[in-house]
Amino acid sequence: MNTDELARLLATGAGAVDRRAPVRRTGTAVAIGVLIAGALMALWLGVRPTLVRDAAAPMLWVKFGFVAWLTAGSAMAALRLARPGARLARVPGVLAAPLLAMWVLAGIALAGADAPQRATLLLGQTWSACPFNIAVLSLPVFAAALWGMRGFAPTRLAWAGAAAGLFAGAVGAFVYAFHCPELAAPFLGLWYVLGMLIPAVLGALIGPRVLRW
Amino acid sequence: MTANEDRLKDLLVRGLDGDAAAYHRFLVELSARLRAFLRRRLARAPDEVEDLVQETLLAVHNQRHTFDSAQPVTAWVHAIARYKLVDFLRRRSRADLVLEPLDDELESLSTADADAAEARRDLAKLLEALPERQRLPIVYVKVQGLSVLEAARLTRMSESAVKVAVHRGLKALAAMIRGAT
Repeated sequence: MNTDELARLLATGAGAVDRRAPVRRTGTAVAIGVLIAGALMALWLGVRPTLVRDAAAPMLWVKFGFVAWLTAGSAMAALRLARPGARLARVPGVLAAPLLAMWVLAGIALAGADAPQRATLLLGQTWSACPFNIAVLSLPVFAAALWGMRGFAPTRLAWAGAAAGLFAGAVGAFVYAFHCPELAAPFLGLWYVLGMLIPAVLGALIGPRVLRW
Repeated sequence: MTANEDRLKDLLVRGLDGDAAAYHRFLVELSARLRAFLRRRLARAPDEVEDLVQETLLAVHNQRHTFDSAQPVTAWVHAIARYKLVDFLRRRSRADLVLEPLDDELESLSTADADAAEARRDLAKLLEALPERQRLPIVYVKVQGLSVLEAARLTRMSESAVKVAVHRGLKALAAMIRGAT
């Protein structure tokens, strides 16, 4: 078959293409993943009983804002890396901003504390469980995001996998925040970030294998 | 360059909206540009160029739903062509075949080469190797030009099953190319 024949074959009966379909399918899969993660958190860890009372603390809103911002930024990164030739443009800045803001808050908190207080600010009561719990809660959305990514055509596979993983990690952290008692900026800037990086690194590692086309 | 971009984008967008003639023109013009692009980069393996033109054309078709009309079409096509070229070189472990850098997007795809060589791999033969339930819908709809409705009657499949079979069949064809070389 020569190339002109191939072009004719491909064009014949090609019909109209619904270019919103992959975004829609991915959105549906991610929504299901969020519901599963939410149910898992409620049944396995439990919603924090004092959550409503904590709402008076500004840091609770900072915590949710932090992970929500990272969720939005990593979703933008993943959607761009999903398409051949799309540029990241300002996305790295959007992702770096909440991290830097959290680290500045952490620096201020640590600077105003003495040595034993610093350990408490950094380790809280749950440091050893936090990254693991976030990683586990990110799994349903991790699977959904990678499945959705396969409906697109990423050309930088490790980066695309990392962005899908970071998105899943940020969603996992958001869900975990309904259980987690920690409010200190140093804790959030360290353990939350580590928890989100677990699926991101996993995504970078398996991306080249599972996203190939 | 921008005239090139505007023209290709116009043809592709009309094609994606269902204008088969515009889409055909897009694929024909694109194959000439891909040929020029790949000939420069595979100067030491001229026999492989036409195979890779076809593989890239099939990839562009299979991934056409990922084109975002806010994006330049040349950047989109260039990324696909580059991805397929790198994949091809990795399969052959022949990175030494490339003489020119892959990343200079500005000049890429701006020249055309309509002088097709013979492809070494015959896609028609690969098509034969597809399972019947994918091969027959492709033969009826894409080769013989029957409507989806007619193909559905002939294969006793539903119309949507015919469309899915054509789509999956062409993706399987791309996977066979990847596996076979």
